Amino acid sequence: MVPFGGFHMPVQYATQSVSASHHFTRSHASLFDVSHMVQHRFQGPGATAFLEKVTPASISQLGTHNGGLSTLLWPVTGGIVDDTIITRLGPQLFYVVTNAGCREKDLKYFEEQLADFKKSGGQDVEWEVLDGLLVTPDEVDLQKLYFGQSQFIKIKLLGDKVSSPLLVSRGGYTGEDGFEISIPGHETVAVTETLLQTATVEKLQLAGLGARDSLRLEAGMCLYGHDLDDSTTPVEAALSWVIGKDRRVAGGFHGEEVILRQLTPKSKGGIGVERRRIGLIVEGAPAREGAEIVDEKGEKIGNITSGCPSPTLKKNVAMGYIKDGFHKSGTNVEVIVRGKKRTAQVTKMPFVPSRYWKGAAPA
Amino acid sequence: MTSIARSLRPAASRLLASSRSSQPCRACPFAARAFSASRAAHVKKYSKDHEWVELSADNKTAIVGISEYAANALGDVVYVELPTVPLEVAAGDSIGAVESVKSASDIISPITCKVTAVNSLLEEKPGSINNGPEDDSSAGGWVAKVEVPEAGVKDFEGLMDAETYKEFTEE
Repeated sequence: MVPFGGFHMPVQYATQSVSASHHFTRSHASLFDVSHMVQHRFQGPGATAFLEKVTPASISQLGTHNGGLSTLLWPVTGGIVDDTIITRLGPQLFYVVTNAGCREKDLKYFEEQLADFKKSGGQDVEWEVLDGLLVTPDEVDLQKLYFGQSQFIKIKLLGDKVSSPLLVSRGGYTGEDGFEISIPGHETVAVTETLLQTATVEKLQLAGLGARDSLRLEAGMCLYGHDLDDSTTPVEAALSWVIGKDRRVAGGFHGEEVILRQLTPKSKGGIGVERRRIGLIVEGAPAREGAEIVDEKGEKIGNITSGCPSPTLKKNVAMGYIKDGFHKSGTNVEVIVRGKKRTAQVTKMPFVPSRYWKGAAPA
Repeated sequence: MTSIARSLRPAASRLLASSRSSQPCRACPFAARAFSASRAAHVKKYSKDHEWVELSADNKTAIVGISEYAANALGDVVYVELPTVPLEVAAGDSIGAVESVKSASDIISPITCKVTAVNSLLEEKPGSINNGPEDDSSAGGWVAKVEVPEAGVKDFEGLMDAETYKEFTEE
């Protein structure tokens, strides 16, 4: 167990090593406890406009029970306050998940931003921090629940009881196809035991932060506080895809002055970025957070923000920030681990293709 | 970088409860010593950083490795960094590193010594360290062979014997 975002979290469970758990997640399924994450509900006529102010996402284009990754932004600088998953549950109702490690910062941020929003004439937004959701369940067909979508589902618990409606979102917390299940606190143990016993140990096992970290790295996904921070914009973080198409034209979100100009590279008359997030495959020793990236002459051109040996690829994968110009995949660089230079190559992410469920290919 | 002891801290109690109790000792050090002529030969001691040292009968040379307990706790070792020989180090200096999926840990020399040979098998087959971390044969997971000066023998005397180390890991 390790301290993580104010919680005691398991790195691994006694039954499996980190790499065994990693492979099991890819080949079967693992159950990750993510109850440390912070759940919010935003509701009211001003909810869409408010979320469009604090994130660059096309909230107005988001269908009911659809959601995805976005970033909360600081005014003016456009730095990333936290990364977040936003799901629309109704015309004026949103379910928002943020990181436990940023809990205090995020709560203060929402408080201040809501006050500013109202002061500048925004419509009413009601904000609640949740420990579970209670609403009416939907009809269930998991085959038809695609990546980014969510439904309220009741499940039959062991011993004939039926659970409360659980918000089940098909997402990719690990870079694998998966479901995020929001369970009211008092039913957590019953639902977990039901899932584990029904699926059996052959098909479902508990997994911890260790496997989550190597899985998300293979998927090229960022970990806030390591690969992202307050001084990093979505463009620098190679997360420009979270900026909605309509938002690129209309703007209206925090830091738009910086972010929109960064979207156009220097070669095309914009200001571009000085550094950007890239993936690396490192020879020999795995490069981990803090390692320096240098060019052929030994000059520092960036640093590693996370890395590990990839259990799937049997190669060392890493991500980090590198000076603009060195960011193209195939560029050879060197990474310093324990004082020695190791050959590395800029590589496209994800390192391991994600297998999100987006429905069967059209016939 | 951190020592093995630091990397293990969060995992220690759990690993004791699981793998230690169920797993047979794969590298029983004393069973393999049947050929030894002298009772005093090959005394093995352990450091708080989870390395072991086996001192030869003449107190001149030794073999260094990481403990079975450490190897289990680290999980699958995927990379081992070995020093360039010869290398003179003081007790507490790093002589290499072990990397598993979840962490990188320094291998700390428990004694003042001069590293004269390394187990290059570990560069090709890092998993040997999990299979037999306390095995000093050609197929084993030992890390380095060293020459031991007077100061090193003194350091050695301050280390834990097998029983004390076992108690230490069960704390």
